[in-house]
Amino acid sequence: MAFDEYQKREFKQVGTRPNRPDGVDKVTGRAMYGADMTLPGMLVGRILRSPHAHAKIKSIDASAALALKGVKAVVTGADFARPEDDFLRDVQENCMARGKALYDGHAVAAVAAIDAATAKAALKLIKVDYEILPHVTDVDAAMKAGAPIVQDGRTLENVPAGMSGNVTSHSEFGHGDPAAGFAKADKVVERSFKTAATHQGYIEPHAAVASVTTDGKGELWCCTQGHFFVRTLCAGMLGMEASQLRVTPSEIGGGFGGKTTVFIEPVALMLSKKAGRPVKVVMTRDEVFRATGPTVSTSIDVKIGMTKDGRITAGEAYLRYSGGAFPCGTIDMGGQAAFAAYDLEHVRTYGWNVLTNRPKEAAYRAPGAPQAIYAVESVVDELCLALKLDPLDVRLKNAAKKGTKSSYGPTFPDIGLVATLEAAHKHPHYTAPLGPNQARGLSCGFWFNFGGNTCVSLNVNTDGTVGITEGNPDIGGSRASVSLMAAEELGIPYEQIRTIVADTNSLGYNDVTDGSRVTFAVGLATIKAARDAVRKMCQRAAKIWDIDEEAVEWKDGAAVPAGPNAGKFPPMTLAEIAADSFATGGPIAGHHEVNVDGAGVSFGVHLVDVEVDKDTGATKVLRYTIFQDAGKAVHPDYVEGQMQGGAVQGIGWALNEEYIYGKDGRLQNAGFLDYRIPVASDLPPIETVILEIPNPGHPYGVRGVGETPIVPPLAAISNAVSRAIGTRMCELPMSPPRILKAIGTTA
Amino acid sequence: MKKLHISTTVNGDPAEFVCTPDESLLDALRNRLGLTGAKEGCGTGDCGACSVTVNGRLVCSCLVLAAEVEGAEIATIEGMADQDKLHPLQRAFIDHAALQCGVCTPGILVAAKSLLAKNPEPTDEEVRYWLAGNLCRCTGYDKIIRAVQSAAAEMRGA
Ligand code: FES
Ligand code: FES
Repeated sequence: MAFDEYQKREFKQVGTRPNRPDGVDKVTGRAMYGADMTLPGMLVGRILRSPHAHAKIKSIDASAALALKGVKAVVTGADFARPEDDFLRDVQENCMARGKALYDGHAVAAVAAIDAATAKAALKLIKVDYEILPHVTDVDAAMKAGAPIVQDGRTLENVPAGMSGNVTSHSEFGHGDPAAGFAKADKVVERSFKTAATHQGYIEPHAAVASVTTDGKGELWCCTQGHFFVRTLCAGMLGMEASQLRVTPSEIGGGFGGKTTVFIEPVALMLSKKAGRPVKVVMTRDEVFRATGPTVSTSIDVKIGMTKDGRITAGEAYLRYSGGAFPCGTIDMGGQAAFAAYDLEHVRTYGWNVLTNRPKEAAYRAPGAPQAIYAVESVVDELCLALKLDPLDVRLKNAAKKGTKSSYGPTFPDIGLVATLEAAHKHPHYTAPLGPNQARGLSCGFWFNFGGNTCVSLNVNTDGTVGITEGNPDIGGSRASVSLMAAEELGIPYEQIRTIVADTNSLGYNDVTDGSRVTFAVGLATIKAARDAVRKMCQRAAKIWDIDEEAVEWKDGAAVPAGPNAGKFPPMTLAEIAADSFATGGPIAGHHEVNVDGAGVSFGVHLVDVEVDKDTGATKVLRYTIFQDAGKAVHPDYVEGQMQGGAVQGIGWALNEEYIYGKDGRLQNAGFLDYRIPVASDLPPIETVILEIPNPGHPYGVRGVGETPIVPPLAAISNAVSRAIGTRMCELPMSPPRILKAIGTTA
Repeated sequence: MKKLHISTTVNGDPAEFVCTPDESLLDALRNRLGLTGAKEGCGTGDCGACSVTVNGRLVCSCLVLAAEVEGAEIATIEGMADQDKLHPLQRAFIDHAALQCGVCTPGILVAAKSLLAKNPEPTDEEVRYWLAGNLCRCTGYDKIIRAVQSAAAEMRGA
């Protein structure tokens, strides 16, 4: 049997809700986030950004800035060598423009000075000579022939000839023959949708402190979801060896995918290198909005056919995503996710990525999936209404299950969609009465979940406690869940374990904290590192008892003789073995490194009640319930937290949040006042129901849970609003003016 | 820019610093006094991560000039626990998992404490409206409201 396969077991600690190890630091203000670090002799770095959506940079004259007292270094794109690798070059050019500014907010130069005031003054003295170029920020406009070309020569061969030069890639997924399927339908609905770009909206702006010395060594402290990847990117851009650049992750104040890449880190390093002193760069909120993050903006057509009794006969989607000014692969995930919840004979998606003069897309929770699934789930809802069918029954009738050939290729193993749909059906929320102007909506959600490269060390201390060293920044309680899994496996109390997130020189490579991979993959590596340590502890006990290694097994935190033939010895606890370790062969440690496969997909269903004020166009969310398969909820508090937080981000996306560009191509709402994320008074309690359908690919059955919850709210709320006003809404966000306009067209 | 010398009280202790006339209280706390518990999420009064009290009044310290606090009493997250005893709100936030990344937590705790000082028995809606100026992007606020109510109940009982 494969070591990582799921085995049914009774859990003693996994599934409980102990306090998180970093709790006290975080409620007392002691936890150190990105901007909280200070080094002696540190300079302040600031970045000059393009005020134009698209402009040729003819020249940059920094002489006046450099002449200002207290200015120690200026950096521009010319300071960086041009990487061979396309991907790395794009990331670098996003950090510091070269030749052209590609969007409003694109970095063009940076300074390091003795204090913030001097740095700010120096920015004003840098003269950039721009030649303004025509720009395009709308995805559909950018696809049209004759649209301004954002970057030349970025089109992959798979893009059909004759399309705009802004189209960079094309992808297709699916099986069967949709035309044949549509012919069998009693009703076919075809609709076009648009979704606005949104921002992850983490409350902590990007921050980095860099220190490069003349011998070529570097230290970087920053808030990131993946410091090993930061090292790879920065070392590549600065021509450093990975071993010489140590990256230490600070506590991270939210990321949601937006801190999986670099923006200011290579700039801080380059400033430090040139100035010969440590440099701190912290973004303002305005910079965060203009130059980091956002999701793709999309334009989507969906066509679905259904029989009178609710069987979907075929589905088709045409997806046009813009990941901003650089090629972007998110379209592929949208195309794969669109119909994942359904068991379909005929299904096909076609996707295009399109360049626009917007910031480079960064991942945001289930990147690409919420938009595609929003469009599909909206059309399914419209069909249910037209055919007078119950929307949950229809989803149950067509639900993907074990053995379904998914719309994107693989055949599903055990999955939890049917269980979540049934739980929603049984829940009192589904049949609760509704008042005037109120309606209920629902949607399925899906995310693939990732595994990936993972490396964990586990040290058994001589006092019987255990230290765990892992390499994934803890973004929402993962140190607690990792400790819990180790406690379970070792059979010692949770409180005796301390898990830390180590820097890049202390551990092998770990992939970024993304793809809902940490509790799954780091958990798996931790369990195996614990098993490695257990094996060694059994060896030590065998040595002490002078019996065969195989004759010892591990039970409830102690080595015991395996069966009556092994001899009669009292159990030897982990603490006893650890205390003796110096005499039995030295310190005891377990280790595991792996490129994890088998991340189980995760499905969820959301139910929402809304009330629409027909005079103002405002939508109030009255009740919200989430049903999601967690495989096994290791620390249920933090599973619920992921579900609630993801859902509320989705609520913001559905109702308020959007990147608004002016005619001049400038972002109009680069602040929390005008880019309004949900606040406490906007929301009802968010109820959660965790289902546990074990993931066959994890020893405890764990599935990632972090991303799926942002997927269903878009369609669930749109379906509810559409039902409340009697008109199908086809654009996000459904801000009051859009709702008023929709009501106007019905009247 | 000529600097000003400010004498003030922070968390009950005398504190002095120099600052420029345009410097925010948040910057002075973080960069001059080394109190990095209050966070800058926006610098424009929209997120509440920088919440502190000045003479008992809840403020966004990013919107207060450091020069204004001459002679004032300032309370920050660093002074919330009584030495090694956490405040009931701090304990409740840990017990109810009311934080994920935790960057909003200092501001929310300071704001919640000032709510309970005025209104020891708030309704959920009152808590939600009081905290409407404190953005949290991770939690969806559900566990935050529960934690505040649990601490409020404990404080009323005490
Ligand atoms: S930093 Fe003061 S309100 Fe956001
Ligand atoms: S816990 Fe992350 S912003 Fe509130």
